[in-house]
Amino acid sequence: MTYSIVAEGLLKRFGETVALDGIDLAVRTGSVFGLLGPNGAGKTTAVRILATLLRPDGGHAAVCGHDVVTHAHQVRQLSGLTGQYASVDETLTGMENLILIGRLTGQSRAESRARARDLLAAFRLSDAGDRAAKTYSGGMRRRLDLAASLVTRPRVLYLDEPTTGLDPLSRNEMWDVVRGLTATGVTVLLTTQYLEEADQLASEIAVVDHGKVIATGTPDELKDRTGALTLSIRPADPADVAAVAAVVAGFTHTEPEVINTTVSAPVSDERLMPAVVRRLDDEGVLVAELTLRGSSLDEVFLSLTGRRPEETSTEEPEGSVAA
Amino acid sequence: MTTVSTVMDSTVLDYPDAGRPLTSRVGPIEGLRQTFSLAWRTLVQIKHNPAEVIDFSVQPVMFLLLFTYVFGGAIGGSPKAYLMFALPGIIVQNSLFTTLNTATGLSTDLEKGFFDRLRSLPIARFAPLSGRLLADVAKQTWAVALLLGIGYILGFRVGTNPLAVLAAFALVLVSTLAIAWAMVLVAMLAANPEKVQIFGFVVLFPITFTSDAFVRTASMPGWLQAWSKANPVSLIADAVRGLMVSGPVGRPTVEAVAYAVAFTVVFAPLAVRAFKRRVLQGSARPVCLQ
Repeated sequence: MTYSIVAEGLLKRFGETVALDGIDLAVRTGSVFGLLGPNGAGKTTAVRILATLLRPDGGHAAVCGHDVVTHAHQVRQLSGLTGQYASVDETLTGMENLILIGRLTGQSRAESRARARDLLAAFRLSDAGDRAAKTYSGGMRRRLDLAASLVTRPRVLYLDEPTTGLDPLSRNEMWDVVRGLTATGVTVLLTTQYLEEADQLASEIAVVDHGKVIATGTPDELKDRTGALTLSIRPADPADVAAVAAVVAGFTHTEPEVINTTVSAPVSDERLMPAVVRRLDDEGVLVAELTLRGSSLDEVFLSLTGRRPEETSTEEPEGSVAA
Repeated sequence: MTTVSTVMDSTVLDYPDAGRPLTSRVGPIEGLRQTFSLAWRTLVQIKHNPAEVIDFSVQPVMFLLLFTYVFGGAIGGSPKAYLMFALPGIIVQNSLFTTLNTATGLSTDLEKGFFDRLRSLPIARFAPLSGRLLADVAKQTWAVALLLGIGYILGFRVGTNPLAVLAAFALVLVSTLAIAWAMVLVAMLAANPEKVQIFGFVVLFPITFTSDAFVRTASMPGWLQAWSKANPVSLIADAVRGLMVSGPVGRPTVEAVAYAVAFTVVFAPLAVRAFKRRVLQGSARPVCLQ
């Protein structure tokens, strides 16, 4: 088993704020690894350190065996970065952007042009290749960003929140693109706020919160552990809420959450549902609403940490590129 | 959607050079090549934003015409007599103001994230800055040629020889590159390009206009004369005047070069330090100049 990305005890502070509080990661060569967490959890900081853009205050990280601090130049030859913070020049055309990166990394004029043409075609941007990047739609911009990070044929690719802010159609497109990449053997480290995205793309996930990895595993392991499904029941008579909560607690062995008259709890097995229904029927509880749905990240979080992810960012301000 | 993946599988991530050896650093020749590539990028931007042409072509010509025909009579007796005095000053002023361009360009790249893209590539760490400076030198060369050409039509005559004119241009370049370090520092400290523009302007404008670039120091009040004589812009303007028209060359040139060295020694380390704090250490916000 070989690992393309290894990080041990990464620490990073911005002034008073602790962005990374000892992160350990091991990403298998050729896999897609998902770094899942809310805004401000430290995901972007971790990626920026791994991509040699930031220096850690403590700990070590290596890409394909090369230390990201002492052998940054080697790491840069092996990795590509796509994120809101590694963008293209908006005033240049898509073609010019890709040619520029090719020329900067030692390709000849003809090579860089051919490579740019191939990439534009692969990402369905051929028709837009001669337009300034600032005229692109959100989805096109992400595809161009991704194309730009592939010019150098990286062996390790960082995708920092590749679909944040995209409409569902563009997001699905981006997912297909990422799946296409994995077939080529490149190692992908993906950060996302969406459980569904990590579930769809990653073979292994690390859940990050407050600069720490709080859970790791395959998507299925994580779901089993956290109850990836959420069962919600609203009794017709508000007086039955306590009874419903007791029934649910009996099956899930957790304290269900009660909001207004709706009782919710994480469950890991959908076969639980009929049993719950029978039991409620036995107790004579009339149910007005009953749903079983995939957990949101909020709920996974709740289940892992006992609280909901905070909404305010404690990381470097994500809207500012200064950091 | 499937087309995306299919095409990509076959071509995009082929690794014909999978076993390519890694280099341990960027060689000087590669660094130079990267500088040229990034200068190309800055110049290609002009193609897409023709308004920029106004910035570095129309503006100096406008200054030249305004100063010659509006102020010329009042300051120098006649527009033509004043032109001989003012053209070297306008060349210096124009070059100084291009350093503002360098700084806002850097700040824009930092803000938009293009700077991070560059830093994630295996290129020389100095290339993003040197590429921009090289492009700005090209713009300056163009502006100086334009000023000399239009100046000639208006009646300006070089009083020395072509070699001296080249020397004057070289001196202008050396001086502005030194002053550019101060502007790079501003770019690293200011939050965004708009702030760079404001802070840069607040520094450059008074320094330029309290020099003898446009008027003789003798006409200023005593306290201002003292400053104007020590003002680096005066020294550069004096030297350029001496090299292009007539007058002393040696002393102002030596003093202007001394200033350039001092500026570089002071501001280059400060700019690099501010760069490291902001970018490499990732201090959450620019340190000041909010």
